[in-house]
Amino acid sequence: MKRGGFWGWFWVLFATAYFLLPLIGAFTFSLEMRRGVLSFIAYERAFADPEFWRTFLYSNEMALMTIVASVALLVPTVFWVHLRLPRWRPVVEFITLMPFVIPAIILAFGIIKVYKSPLVIGGFTILQAPTNSVAGTNVLLVAGYTVLAMPYMYRAVDAGLRAIDVRTLTEAAQSLGASWFTIIVRVILPNLRAALLSGALLTFAIVVGELTLASFLDRPAFGPYLFLLGQHRAYEPAALSIVSFGLTWVAMGLIYLATRGRPGPGQVGGAH
Amino acid sequence: MATSASTFVPAKRRVSLAWLGLLPFFIFTFAFLIAPSLSLLLGSFRDSQGAVTLKNFFDLSMPFIRNAYWLSIRISAVTAVLGGVLGFLLAYALVMSGVPVWVRTGLITFCGVASNFAGVPLAFAFVAILGRTGVITQFARDALHIQIYQHGFNLYSFAGLSITYLYFQLPLMVLIMAPALDGVKREWREASENLGGSALQYWRLIALPILMPTILGTMILLFGNAFGAYATAYALTGGSLPLVTIQIGAQMRGDVLHNPGLGYAMALGMVAVMAVSIGLYTWLQRRSERWLR
Repeated sequence: MKRGGFWGWFWVLFATAYFLLPLIGAFTFSLEMRRGVLSFIAYERAFADPEFWRTFLYSNEMALMTIVASVALLVPTVFWVHLRLPRWRPVVEFITLMPFVIPAIILAFGIIKVYKSPLVIGGFTILQAPTNSVAGTNVLLVAGYTVLAMPYMYRAVDAGLRAIDVRTLTEAAQSLGASWFTIIVRVILPNLRAALLSGALLTFAIVVGELTLASFLDRPAFGPYLFLLGQHRAYEPAALSIVSFGLTWVAMGLIYLATRGRPGPGQVGGAH
Repeated sequence: MATSASTFVPAKRRVSLAWLGLLPFFIFTFAFLIAPSLSLLLGSFRDSQGAVTLKNFFDLSMPFIRNAYWLSIRISAVTAVLGGVLGFLLAYALVMSGVPVWVRTGLITFCGVASNFAGVPLAFAFVAILGRTGVITQFARDALHIQIYQHGFNLYSFAGLSITYLYFQLPLMVLIMAPALDGVKREWREASENLGGSALQYWRLIALPILMPTILGTMILLFGNAFGAYATAYALTGGSLPLVTIQIGAQMRGDVLHNPGLGYAMALGMVAVMAVSIGLYTWLQRRSERWLR
């Protein structure tokens, strides 16, 4: 086959230009805060804001909790489907794909509608409205993120479990007297390391800059912070956008390393 | 989890207990996915006083709401078709035209990043290049003496939002198309040439019919992807472009419709559009699996 050809290279260069322009543009823009010279002062100012660190840390905590919740929920579930309930696979698969049909804003709408009022049964308040307390809203946020990340996490866990012989491993562990907890934590989880890492990093990439759920649940997350900063500043938001792009790059690069040559969930995702 | 059910328990008993293992999953998804959706569904059948009504669905035809849907549909269609065509051409260039492997790997990895780079940071990157004081805007003014904002361009408009959406639409097309193009066998082309077929005949009669379900399906997926987008549009236009998602956001902030039920009906309409597009995508993807493995 010929090397490239005119049109092949044309489209490659066109796409590269389109992909790189916003990044190079935002980067040079972020360096122009002081007139006439290029400087990193926008980055210094952005990092000097304690609010940045507070919201960024908060979003990272939420991302971590989402990853833990997703793994705890999906690994036993998908393991059980593989081992005992293959007939239930279409049902579980269908539910995990539902978040594709329900955009983040609709999910936020529904979650707030359900959880803004207390749970009252027969005149007794069983549960205060979760949206009225910080802890309750954090739970709702993590739960919402877990739902948004579910299609990707499910595919990661499913691909990982397909690649190993679940039945043989389980029976071997059982014959040595292992409990279900031991089987999942000490036999299945270590075998899913690469798959889980890629699912976790994708979840991280989705959660850290997320705006919709965080702003409607009124949580002090990085997405809403960056949005507000953009309302009255010009250079710092550009600097933080570059930082955030760099983080996405790191996450995707690690996914690439973790799943090279192995069946993985791919890198298709995002909360737009 | 059913700890007592070992592998050697008789089949009947195993079936009766095994489903318990899925209980945590069903409880979680019911609480945070299904119940919220059902709640919107039920709410859309209620009027402001709480009585059952179908009026909210008729009210969706109000000009204000119809325009929001129409705007969302247009922007999703434009970015799906443009992203689809450009993405297909790029995927084709990467897979079929024989560019070096490192170019291919590099760009496909970049597409993985770009399809995840959305929301607020994406909007701000485009403001930095195409906003009123953006790098490209200034360059056009100082070097080319073209004031793009006086020639009808505006980043905070339909065209500007489309250019921004393409930044995640095009990569998504590439990510799905590239493996599909990999599945196109060289033997098919050779067989076609041996039978005297021209390049055009090969494309028209063999390659395109095989690839069409994937191309169409992915474009429909892109449509849904743009239709449900909120964060990017809100961060870029601050709510001045009345897409359905933006209007639903305004309704959530402070009942701008003065009728909660109508807001729920609007949300439900969105879910219906999304369900149709994802359903079509899944169906077309299954069809394409017959040839492209």
